[in-house]
Amino acid sequence: MIYLDYNATTPCDPRVVEAMLPFFSEFFANPSSLHRPGQEARRAIERARSTIASFLGAKEEEVIFTSGGTESSNLAIRGVAQALRKKGTHLVTSAIEHHAVLNVFRSLEKEGFSVTYLPVDANGIVHPEELKKALRPDTILVSIMHANNETGVLEPIADLARVAHEGGAIFHTDAVQTVGKIPIDVTVLGVDLLSASAHKFYGPKGVGFLYIRKGTPIAPQILGGHHERGKRAGTENVPGIIGMAKACEIAQEEMGEEARRVGALRDMLEQGLEERVPDIHIVSRNVPRLYNTSLVLVAYVEGESLLLNLDFEGICVSSGSACTSSSLEPSHVLLACGYPHELAHGSIRFSLGKWTKEEEIFRVVAVFPKIVEKLRAISPFSKGR
Amino acid sequence: MYSEKVLEHFRNPRNVGRIEDADGIGKVGNPICGDVMVMYLKIRDNRIEDAKFETFGCGAAIATSSMATELVKGKTIEEALQITNRAVAEALDGLPPHKMHCSVLAEEAIRAAIEDYRARGRKGE
Repeated sequence: MIYLDYNATTPCDPRVVEAMLPFFSEFFANPSSLHRPGQEARRAIERARSTIASFLGAKEEEVIFTSGGTESSNLAIRGVAQALRKKGTHLVTSAIEHHAVLNVFRSLEKEGFSVTYLPVDANGIVHPEELKKALRPDTILVSIMHANNETGVLEPIADLARVAHEGGAIFHTDAVQTVGKIPIDVTVLGVDLLSASAHKFYGPKGVGFLYIRKGTPIAPQILGGHHERGKRAGTENVPGIIGMAKACEIAQEEMGEEARRVGALRDMLEQGLEERVPDIHIVSRNVPRLYNTSLVLVAYVEGESLLLNLDFEGICVSSGSACTSSSLEPSHVLLACGYPHELAHGSIRFSLGKWTKEEEIFRVVAVFPKIVEKLRAISPFSKGR
Repeated sequence: MYSEKVLEHFRNPRNVGRIEDADGIGKVGNPICGDVMVMYLKIRDNRIEDAKFETFGCGAAIATSSMATELVKGKTIEEALQITNRAVAEALDGLPPHKMHCSVLAEEAIRAAIEDYRARGRKGE
């Protein structure tokens, strides 16, 4: 199998698994228990919190453990909107957010909030001037993703956060695709809230965190016991948290080298495909984007049929085509960038990672042109027809 | 999510291509929606002698096109008009619910090709 879908999820690093194992059966106690085993589990997750906080340039009490990126973003957006409802009811986000963010805003609209969805330019970048124009005296929260999951494009978060703060709004970023891939310092970014998910950077599924800058007003969304300083109830996922901290430690040490190695493979892939397949377009190639991501638009064919054919060859990728979801609309990200529907239907996302090898890229570059050729032979739109 | 039969027809689609001297051509769907099916029929003495297709679309769209051409071949026009989207889907051992529209497209392609044939006014020629 050639796995090129690291933006969807990553395998756990064996060192992460090893760190987690003792916390299933041996150190299993509830961190809220007062007995010694409980306190041992408490110390372990507080050490993990400290590791993660220093990884982000944050204070320990600013890191809240959650079940993953979706919960983190729900807590951030809904939590601030509820806490500040009396101050204002206007919210700002972008047209290209992940559904974990977009659908929270849509539900808040039904509850009486008004939401501005900022446009992006042809490369998928949200411009700070657009944010400036959208801000109103009653704007309480702005949420813009750090890097887009489909295109890998990096948004100018530090500038956007500054503009939001000048307008008196709180700033959240969905950093699910960047944490563990590129260095992040919350004070340099200047964000108030930052969502992350462990399984995107070689940690386990079902665990994530939300960075909440000290003093940020937020209403808890999961109610129960007094866990996580009253911001998120529920017994902590101890093995998950330990695994996530280990994944942060490994990322801190290895991400620089990974960026160079994986970036070179990604560039090789793009160059190879461009040389061998006519009428393809690499999205946002010339703007700052994640080194591991390549979104390729293939004219005259549809993304799901490309994906299935690659799967027959043992190559795992994603497609933003409508047919991989239950809606008939292609990727909202590509449409927001201004790509026509028919081209947006033919998108294939390659996302590389820690275990991607050069031979695998050679194989993809060899196989992909044949698949495209086969599908174009079936298509009524192929060139010259 | 797809049946073995859908995957098999997707992998090895039958009757791909166009018929240059087709007696009826049906083009249905819309590139904006991500599915376009073109069906070509060769008709002799009221019977479909040959059928071919070209499709832009997902796995289900290609498999239903392939199956639809298989189903119409050898049938009379009246028999072909009896083919429903459900029959196409059943012949493929079913489709996921959100892919049923692909079988609707296949049924529409058959009807559109036959309508085109009738409009040309050379029945049984």
